[in-house]
Amino acid sequence: MNKHFVSAFVTGLIFGIGLLVSGMANPDKVLSFLDIAGAWDPSLAFVMGGAIAVGAIAFTFVKGRTHSLWGEPLRLPGKKDLDQRLIMGNLGFGIGWGLAGFCPGPALVAFGTGAPKAIVFVMAMIAGMAIYEVIEKSRTKAVN
Amino acid sequence: MTIDLSSFTPWASLSGGILIGIAAAMFILLNGRIAGISGILGGLLTPQKGDIVWRALFIAGMVLAPTAWLLTAPLPDMQIDASYPWLIVAGLIVGISTRYGSGCTSGHGVCGISRLSPRSIVATLAFMFSGFVTVYIIRHLIGM
Repeated sequence: MNKHFVSAFVTGLIFGIGLLVSGMANPDKVLSFLDIAGAWDPSLAFVMGGAIAVGAIAFTFVKGRTHSLWGEPLRLPGKKDLDQRLIMGNLGFGIGWGLAGFCPGPALVAFGTGAPKAIVFVMAMIAGMAIYEVIEKSRTKAVN
Repeated sequence: MTIDLSSFTPWASLSGGILIGIAAAMFILLNGRIAGISGILGGLLTPQKGDIVWRALFIAGMVLAPTAWLLTAPLPDMQIDASYPWLIVAGLIVGISTRYGSGCTSGHGVCGISRLSPRSIVATLAFMFSGFVTVYIIRHLIGM
């Protein structure tokens, strides 16, 4: 088996366990973090803090490199402009996040517990991603 | 603002965050890629040759995280208060908008901020802002 496939699986597994440990896989806790006017639970700021502290070391290390330690080309996003898509898309994402307390990673982990509500959310999320692809396809067709 | 000390879990959240950071670090250092969940999942909807297996394995790792967890301990609390129609609406919004905005909490919030990407910093501020506003409206203005 290709070692890149093994590392992809292991990365997903560690990521998922990290989400379980952190409390982010629990929508109730996520919503308590987003509820700054209520009984606020600031825990999730610690999740971001811990993740960024470790991530920053790795991303600083790869800065200026063209390949990963395993010789894979580094695929970093090249876009620089703060366009309307970025801002509208992320404002929209925050609304969806605030409605149910699920963002994509935690939703997949919750899906893995077999909770029916998480399965429904993930199905709707994948449907949403498919709708996006259909809209994009018709948009590029219209431009051409 | 009152802090809910009874549900505040700084150490668990920091530890979980560090695990998430390790996963993000592994993925860029070994596979040369950003561990952004919405992008990895969304890419499976427009499959390209040679670009399917690693995505599927990463997602499988996340989904199997609760199963791996159960080998050593009972799963942590997971409370999903949202109703089914609400979850469907939220899922659709999260699916469409994370693709439209090129990322979510993991790709922009963790990886993007770790590499000090201006786009990701703006994206994170945008989804945090609308997440706070959405929960404020639902819990304190409408009172649901």
